[in-house]
Amino acid sequence: MKLPSKELNKILVRRYWADRVFRLCAVTMLLITLGTLAALLIDVFIDGAGRLSWPFLTSFPSRKPEQAGILSALVGTVYLMILTVVIAFPVGVGAAVYLEEYARRGWLSRLIELNIANLAGVPSIIYGLLGLELFVRAMRLEESLLAGALTMSLLVLPLVIIASREALRAVPPSIREASFALGASLWQTIWNQVLPLAFPGILTGAILAASRAIGEAAPLITIGALTYIAFLPDSLVAPFTVMPIQIFNWVSRPQKGFFEAAAAAIIVLLAVLLLMNAVAVYLRQKYQKRMNL
Amino acid sequence: MKTTAPWAFEIQDLNSWYGGRQALQKISLLIPERRITAIIGPSGCGKSTFIRCLNRINDLIPGFRVEGRVLFKGQDIYDPTMDPVEIRFRVGMVFQKPNPFPKSIYDNVAYGPLIWGTRKGPALDTAVEESLKRAALWDEVKDMLHQSALTLSGGQQQRLCIARALAVEPEVLLLDEPCSALDPIATARIEELLLELKKSYTIIIVTHNMQQAARVSDVTGFFLLGELIEFAETKRIFTNPVDRRTEDYITGRFG
Repeated sequence: MKLPSKELNKILVRRYWADRVFRLCAVTMLLITLGTLAALLIDVFIDGAGRLSWPFLTSFPSRKPEQAGILSALVGTVYLMILTVVIAFPVGVGAAVYLEEYARRGWLSRLIELNIANLAGVPSIIYGLLGLELFVRAMRLEESLLAGALTMSLLVLPLVIIASREALRAVPPSIREASFALGASLWQTIWNQVLPLAFPGILTGAILAASRAIGEAAPLITIGALTYIAFLPDSLVAPFTVMPIQIFNWVSRPQKGFFEAAAAAIIVLLAVLLLMNAVAVYLRQKYQKRMNL
Repeated sequence: MKTTAPWAFEIQDLNSWYGGRQALQKISLLIPERRITAIIGPSGCGKSTFIRCLNRINDLIPGFRVEGRVLFKGQDIYDPTMDPVEIRFRVGMVFQKPNPFPKSIYDNVAYGPLIWGTRKGPALDTAVEESLKRAALWDEVKDMLHQSALTLSGGQQQRLCIARALAVEPEVLLLDEPCSALDPIATARIEELLLELKKSYTIIIVTHNMQQAARVSDVTGFFLLGELIEFAETKRIFTNPVDRRTEDYITGRFG
């Protein structure tokens, strides 16, 4: 196609102009997102930074706002997360391995897949109701750490399964073929070749799922986790509280001191979240490096 | 009944389908022991499907179906009592694209012996060294056995895959266009290697490259649209083909 240079010039100018407009739009969207986040962070820091201190981290909640601390909620959150991951990780990865490697492709596996995707979108309070009926009442676990962790596991399971399946599916078929061609069984292939390759992806999924769970208050309130706990849980069946519940409790109080305590607690929660994500990135890097040697 | 004939494979009326699409039609041929058998033909003619039937690796593909008999040393490998895992143990395979595991060179070769019960130790070390020597790779990698296999060149990776296949001491080696991703020098090395290996193994090689078939193979089969058109001694196929379509293909009139 031959174009007179004037014509060509006009087309090019229009094209570059469109390019600039599109770029501007994208940058604006990014600024809106970052701006909101920044506003939130700055606001929380202004309110809560003054309240952050070692005693705040090491004190139990109190009726007096200036003495109130986050200890029981922080410890409760850490325990709950560890328990949730310990429960949800093997179950979720196991389910994903079955669906991805063993199950025959057919209407049943598609139905299961659809349902898992749906479950990932179910409001967390519904899981709370399920946990209340199943774990608190039917299994008589009361409002315990274990009941909370089991409920949270149900909540994050779909996420763990979906992330694990993605990771398993990303393992190239040529690796499976190479293993099978040597006479490896399906189990040997999965255990020696597929899982190690999928592991960084599975791990990232699990930690992201835990990050989701760490901010949840609704299902735990539903199962009856307490809002005022002045001791540390000493067993799996001990009552507990977590940071989002503590924050929720404090912001609903009229005193300004509690409001500041809530802001400080939010900072702590964000720090824990950041730490978890950092660990996820670190582990992923480490395992990926090991795989590439 | 065990045959005493020197045939590695006796294939009788082999039909196969991917879902509803037929890929192979009534293939019957005899593959001699300790010879190199080349399978040639244009893309999509079923030659890869054919050799993938010989170690039942196509069982892994959903919707794949086979009819007919494939006798390996007199035993029907598609008999319901046959274990595909055992067949793949006895019939090794090397794929079109080098597919080393993302592990060290040593671990790649050691994987087969390990899953078949060799313990870590001097015996495994010897098995790895032997396999790498037979694949003509030992001298190049002996000082870097614990480096990632992915740092090797394409030709080295493919020889590593051959070493990995040899490590379980199969009776047959299937090669599915093993040189199509390699440069001419790497290709020449693999061809040299195959000529050496045929002293102890039955080799079946699918190739796009007719010069390659002419250079290395003893017998050649020409596939077209899922059918075996001609199967004979390589010399005869290339100098005096019986079928017009074979002649057209090898003289480059199509394909």
